[in-house]
Amino acid sequence: MNAYINHIPVEFEKGMTILDVAKNYNINIPTLCHYPELHINSDCRICSVEIDGRKGLKTACSTPMHEGMKVITNSPRVLNARKTITELILSNHDANCTACTRNLNCELQSLAKNLGIDLNRFPTVLSRSPLDLLNPSLVRNNNRCIKCGRCVDVCKNVQSMHVLETMHRGHKMTVGPAFDDPLNDRICTFCGQCANVCPVGAIMEKDNTDIVWEKLHDPSVYVMVQIAPAVRVAVGETLNQKDGLISNGKLVSALRHLGFDHIYDTNFTADLTIMEEGTELIKRVTEGGVLPMITSCCPAWINLAEQRYADVLDHISTCKSPQQMFGTLAKTYFADKSNMDSRDIYVVSVMPCTAKKYEASRKEFSSFYDLPDVDIVLTTRELSKMFRQMGVDFSFMEEESFDNPFGITTGAAQLFGASGGVMEAALRTVYELVNKEPLKDLNFTSVRGLKGIKEASVNLGGNDVKVAVSNGLANAKKLVDQVRRGESPYTFIEIMACPGGCIGGGGQPYGTTNEVREARLESTYFIDEDMVCRKSHENEMISSLYEEYLGEPNSKLAHHLLHTYYQARK
Amino acid sequence: MTARFGVIDPFSIEDFTNHGGYDVLKKVLSMKGEDIIDEVRLSRITGRGGASFPTYLKMQAMAKETGEKYLVCNADEGEPGNFKDKYLMERDPHQLLEGMLISGFAVGAKKAYIYVRGEYQSAIYLLEHAISEARKYGYLGQDICGQDFSFDIEIRQGGGAYVCGEEFALLESIEGKPGRTRVKPPFPTEVGLFGQPTLINNVETFSTLPHILAMGGEAYGLLGSDFASGTKLISLSGNVRHKGLYEVEYGVSIRQVIEELGGGVPEGRAINMVQLGGACGPIIPEHLLDIDIDNERFEIFNSKMGAGAIIVIDDRFDLFEILIRTMRFFEHESCGKCAPCREGHIQIVKLLEKFYDTMVTKKDYESLVSLANVIHETALCGLGQTSTTSILATVEFFQYYYQQRIRQSERREWVQS
Amino acid sequence: MQIIDVLKKYPAKETSLLEILLEIDSLKDNHSISKEEMYVVANYVGVEVSHVYSVVSFYTLLSTEPRGKHIIQVCKDVPCYVNDAFDVRKTVERLLHISLGETTRDGLFTLEETACIGCCDEAPAMLVDLEPYTNLTKDKIHQIIDAYRGVKTSGA
Repeated sequence: MNAYINHIPVEFEKGMTILDVAKNYNINIPTLCHYPELHINSDCRICSVEIDGRKGLKTACSTPMHEGMKVITNSPRVLNARKTITELILSNHDANCTACTRNLNCELQSLAKNLGIDLNRFPTVLSRSPLDLLNPSLVRNNNRCIKCGRCVDVCKNVQSMHVLETMHRGHKMTVGPAFDDPLNDRICTFCGQCANVCPVGAIMEKDNTDIVWEKLHDPSVYVMVQIAPAVRVAVGETLNQKDGLISNGKLVSALRHLGFDHIYDTNFTADLTIMEEGTELIKRVTEGGVLPMITSCCPAWINLAEQRYADVLDHISTCKSPQQMFGTLAKTYFADKSNMDSRDIYVVSVMPCTAKKYEASRKEFSSFYDLPDVDIVLTTRELSKMFRQMGVDFSFMEEESFDNPFGITTGAAQLFGASGGVMEAALRTVYELVNKEPLKDLNFTSVRGLKGIKEASVNLGGNDVKVAVSNGLANAKKLVDQVRRGESPYTFIEIMACPGGCIGGGGQPYGTTNEVREARLESTYFIDEDMVCRKSHENEMISSLYEEYLGEPNSKLAHHLLHTYYQARK
Repeated sequence: MTARFGVIDPFSIEDFTNHGGYDVLKKVLSMKGEDIIDEVRLSRITGRGGASFPTYLKMQAMAKETGEKYLVCNADEGEPGNFKDKYLMERDPHQLLEGMLISGFAVGAKKAYIYVRGEYQSAIYLLEHAISEARKYGYLGQDICGQDFSFDIEIRQGGGAYVCGEEFALLESIEGKPGRTRVKPPFPTEVGLFGQPTLINNVETFSTLPHILAMGGEAYGLLGSDFASGTKLISLSGNVRHKGLYEVEYGVSIRQVIEELGGGVPEGRAINMVQLGGACGPIIPEHLLDIDIDNERFEIFNSKMGAGAIIVIDDRFDLFEILIRTMRFFEHESCGKCAPCREGHIQIVKLLEKFYDTMVTKKDYESLVSLANVIHETALCGLGQTSTTSILATVEFFQYYYQQRIRQSERREWVQS
Repeated sequence: MQIIDVLKKYPAKETSLLEILLEIDSLKDNHSISKEEMYVVANYVGVEVSHVYSVVSFYTLLSTEPRGKHIIQVCKDVPCYVNDAFDVRKTVERLLHISLGETTRDGLFTLEETACIGCCDEAPAMLVDLEPYTNLTKDKIHQIIDAYRGVKTSGA
């Protein structure tokens, strides 16, 4: 079909919106509340355009293109409307930008700048409300909320949690949890998807960078850092790299520049997790344990299970997450081996995830002296903040290696960042341990990708075993409900709260769309392919850890250190 | 439409049927749907709720759809100055039911809702009684009047929100959600209540249908003026002797309603301004009152006829205090979904307060006009799209007041400094 | 009155939500919906409690905070305003010794403002417990308040 935008003839297919068509022709129409893959709210009205023959202005995001339509996107009338609306939004917004982490990385700022706003005609009418600082993962600041509705959409429709909702009416309308309660009084899992889609600084991760800087410069403290697989495929996005992937080597070098004493790879304990969890699975299958077994490394999933699905808690693997296994080993095994007092060891964990901050604070994750095994968690975004604060330039970073004893890892471990990755890593090990023969093809492609629920079938010991993978909490609920009804055909289920898996985590760089998720996944599988060792049970360092210290997977000591328990809450 | 007012007991279905009630329905049930809609087309009627959309077009679109269809009667009469629907429901409830039955039959709907604002408890009570009587006498339910036609009506209450008079917000409210409007397209005749094709009409619109079908569409179309057919219920209020509801034929002038029917302004005062339609309508000066009441003529006010209220304001009142009251109404009633309406009205009120306090500058005036236009052009629904009509109209017709106030403010500043 | 008795009258679907909440409000002496009640309603209707809170906070006739036994709503719009010679709102405020939005200390009356209630031909007007009182005068307002207090006044 044919039409015109700004007198330029355009071709399009029926059903496309004006915004879609404009994008195809590189005609820029500014937007604000619009976000790919979320519902079209058409709240902000910024993308208003003129349509010949129609009264008023219409929004490009929600208006379908028709044959012969004549659209104007850049008349003075349109530009004035956009400016005015932006000024209005700013008049009800805490525009103290230099005091906000989103300064220079804020969609409202960019919009105001691009529209050429240099003066706000309207006085501020903001009535201040207190911040929600009561949980370890997320901070809500309603003084900055522009009511774009993205967080409500993600929480309601993608995650199916319904924690965030629009309340009240008109100018008094706010976004928040029921009863204007703080998040930790509601069923929020701290998955952080809301923070990831917020265009401004209304919902953000709790910023722990100041504490880390302090510790880095405290001579009495030995600061070690572990970095998750999903971080390295995305952190480059914030550093003007062509793609998100930063090589391990450069990342280690940069972290050393920041001042960390030892730099370790969470992938190591990911391999360890596979050993423990794989053994646990085999045990359950052969000894009639509770099946299906469900993975436990996603803290948002655990939060959901403990609060809503107490009846499936015994299905969940008792293994700690790789982050927590690392913390425990650091304060026990490493402390012993290096003759250090575990009180002098400070473990920093860099994660793509906001819920990990909550996980680290759990009372049960403390080995000695009521000190947490993982002292503090930084999200990918906070890490890039620290790089910026130091002025780290990645083009000058050398390729260095992770430190030992936690530095040797496998491709399987790297997969943990992807939805389906834990499953794939586990299957590679479980298959070979049970069938006692090498896998012909290491790639379980049927569990890869962005589809909500994925399945695979594996031959284990002569039996066809079905497994499932879900990403996004709405999909998780579907699989869990199946388990509760006793109708689950699966033996092993991987549940990740974030769409795409951890690479799409709540703490990842802004602008996480499906396109970006695909790119991060590609990097993940690229790293895996490129590694010499791709199976967790072939990691020699892991084997020595068992020989030297833990005994064997699921041993008494392994259970004591590396496993945990769950409790129904609320 | 008001013929039976005060003549029948609204509580009695027999009174209604004794005065010709449900006779038209019986006749209509032997007609074909498309013929009924054709009569509506010939009658030329447009919606009486404010939007003035040609009624037959909606019915045609509905008739084409398949699947479960709904009828919704918009009885959320919240437009300030209007009380016509209240009287229609309280004085002749069965007339409304008959109109809905005719519509339902014509478009193939089996279930209808009447959404009445929660403040109209008396109307709700009388409608509920009328519905149960109608069921008893076989005018609602299965096999109505012995024909193969089933139709039932349920009453739903509003929760005190003017915005729920907007059709999408109304549907959201019936569905059990906050009354926030929806993204459009799609429109109710395609995706409406519970996702199904829905025909939404105002109380008055439904109430005209029995009369159209009784006298025939063409004959009805001869009533009124060239530009609008039939009669309209006018709610006359404000500073006028005989406030009340008047049924007039289109083509009557505003002045005729105020002077001849309303008895003019009492106590020797003069008409200062008149607000037409409701809070969302233009405010016009005395010298424009000879315009006839219908949509075409109202184009000069950049407005439609609206729900038909005429609010007369005499010379005791300052233009700006009236504008502030009007805009505060919209500030309070905005649903909050879209940015210009949610954030804009409070700024408009602030600017108007500057005018009222004689502390206003030319820049403020420009901001006011610009903002009024932007809200009008970019708002997501009818509330925002019509809220600033009074400002845009008075800027045109009472420009002098604005300029005077600015000059007074400048003089005041000069004197003070 | 138990909430469950109210709930049983309506189908357990989302579409019943507003009707249920309006009825609970009308039956409660403090004309509000409590947190606990919202949970019960949410559970019955099959929606999340955040949705119920969203609905209660949106509509003027519903309240999350306790109110008085009798809700007085004074019309503030133009048709009543231009017919209001003596200021209805101030009269009620003075009579009850409260300001707009407040509740009397004995918990008997809450004073609110309402948008146009469709009584413009008999302006000025107000609602008490959704019952319209029109053609108001200072005396009439006194009588109405007294009647709700259960006090008889003499005179016209």
